[in-house]
Amino acid sequence: MSSLEGWLAVAERSTTRYVLRVIVIVYLALLVGWPVWLVIQHTFGNGLEALRAALSDVFVVFSLKLTLAVALQAVLLNTVFGVGVSLLLARYTFPGKRALSALVDLPLSVSPVVVGLALILVYGPRDGWFGAWLHERGFEVIFSAPGMIMATAFVSLPLVIREVVPVLQERGIDEEQAAASLGATPLQSFWRITLPAIKWALVYGVVLTFARALGEFGAVKIVSGNLVGRTQTATLLVEQKYQDFAQSTAYATAFLLAAVSVACITVVTVLRKDHAGTRSTKHASASAKKRGGQ
Amino acid sequence: MTSTLAGQDALAATPQSGATTSQASRPRRFAGRFATSTTSSGTVPLTKPAGLGLGVAMIWFSLLTLIPLIAVLVETGSHGWGAFWDTVSTAQTASALGLTVLTALGVTAINMVIGTAIAWVLVRDEFFGKRLLEVIIDIPFALPTIVAGLVLLSLYGPGSPVGINVANTRTAVFLAFLFVTLPFVVRTVQPVLAELDRDVEEAAASLGASRLTTLRLIVLPSLVPAITAGAALSFARGMSEYGALVLLSGNLPGQTEVGSVRILSYLENGDTAAAAAVATVLLLVSLAVIVALDVISRRVARRG
Repeated sequence: MSSLEGWLAVAERSTTRYVLRVIVIVYLALLVGWPVWLVIQHTFGNGLEALRAALSDVFVVFSLKLTLAVALQAVLLNTVFGVGVSLLLARYTFPGKRALSALVDLPLSVSPVVVGLALILVYGPRDGWFGAWLHERGFEVIFSAPGMIMATAFVSLPLVIREVVPVLQERGIDEEQAAASLGATPLQSFWRITLPAIKWALVYGVVLTFARALGEFGAVKIVSGNLVGRTQTATLLVEQKYQDFAQSTAYATAFLLAAVSVACITVVTVLRKDHAGTRSTKHASASAKKRGGQ
Repeated sequence: MTSTLAGQDALAATPQSGATTSQASRPRRFAGRFATSTTSSGTVPLTKPAGLGLGVAMIWFSLLTLIPLIAVLVETGSHGWGAFWDTVSTAQTASALGLTVLTALGVTAINMVIGTAIAWVLVRDEFFGKRLLEVIIDIPFALPTIVAGLVLLSLYGPGSPVGINVANTRTAVFLAFLFVTLPFVVRTVQPVLAELDRDVEEAAASLGASRLTTLRLIVLPSLVPAITAGAALSFARGMSEYGALVLLSGNLPGQTEVGSVRILSYLENGDTAAAAAVATVLLLVSLAVIVALDVISRRVARRG
């Protein structure tokens, strides 16, 4: 290969690189970057006025508080369930395990509207499978808090599991078995060995669940009944305010929701990156050892 | 996910097993399944407390997810095949389902190409502001869907600073799907591309293979499972989208109305049976996607 040809090859390589880079940047700017920037501009068009006006609206404040309360309870449920199921999937063999591990992913690809309908069919007060029975005993699920929490927990169910299971599987059970043979109770070995090991994966999972829970719209719209000042969450309020031509309130509330969600995701990305460094070196050495042994 | 000990030995014998393990440290929100093929130790049969835990978890999982979803199928089934077919074949519903499937397919096709390109740029290119792109890709996943609609309206709606207004058209539906499905292919392809052995590409290049040949024969084949998995997720998400369309598409019957909007309007009219029928169609599509993903990830695991 002559030096000219070599130079041409390098030039061609860097041209492809630049073209691809520009295409990707332009695409992302048009689809996400620019529109997001415009929403920020809309919100701060009059300085902090729109934000202040929105936050002095009692219904806005109520909906934000309700969203936070529902999201936190859904996150709590999914954290307990997620850690439990992750341990079961990673540590034990039992019949139906493959089905369970496939089914826990199902909520991610079910339409929120279908989720809402499904919950109504089972927990609806009039002719729901269990709902009528619960209703007679004075326990309301649909059009009240339990239903909203369930809908939110449903749509964000797999997020913790998807983060924690791979980490548990990588680590294996040697350490727990060693601890058990030295007389540790299962609870001790969970707090002292398992939990520290999955700490970061759990944090990622919880933060993702929280972001998803804050933004739930379709499922909550159906099961909550969307009663202003009673079961109207922040996302439902954004829709209503926009359609009532209270656009600055809609934009301001949307901005608040988006800011929290995006902050969550950014924290996850940063944490993951900082943490990934230490973890991948550990694994690199582990896998090098494994390869060396053969 | 139940890999036997013998299977692990076979996996450990291939040089790629190290790659599979460290892959888990990359962003793997949607790629988690690819990282689960190797475990350093086996699993044990259920102990008593674990069995109790499994029982409790299954009861909650059933109450929250399985029984309600089965209720949708039972509700549809109880009205018979004729009622189901009558509902999904009415002009308005058929048009909504057709639009949903076609738009989801079109968006998925675009994502397979541009998503792979984005993943390539994120892994192989280095430039100022790359971390910003990483955040931008996660925004559609993080953003509440109703806000996603509002966001798109600001550039492509009535008040657009560039004078483009696609609100209440089918283009708006397409745009909304494109927005919410952006991260899926990128985030499944990215970790696989990052773990790809560059030595093989360099070897191919040194043996005189052109960049295109290297791409076609070496890079793409190893990415195909990840691209397919990302595409399946992106298709499922498109099929089920609702929130982003509410403000953007206007939900015009026969024009911009999608499947999930049909379910909602049937429900609001008190026609639960019809709502369940349309929901069944969407559910079966979701199930098909889950099965496809399971098959793909198993195939990847087998190849090691």
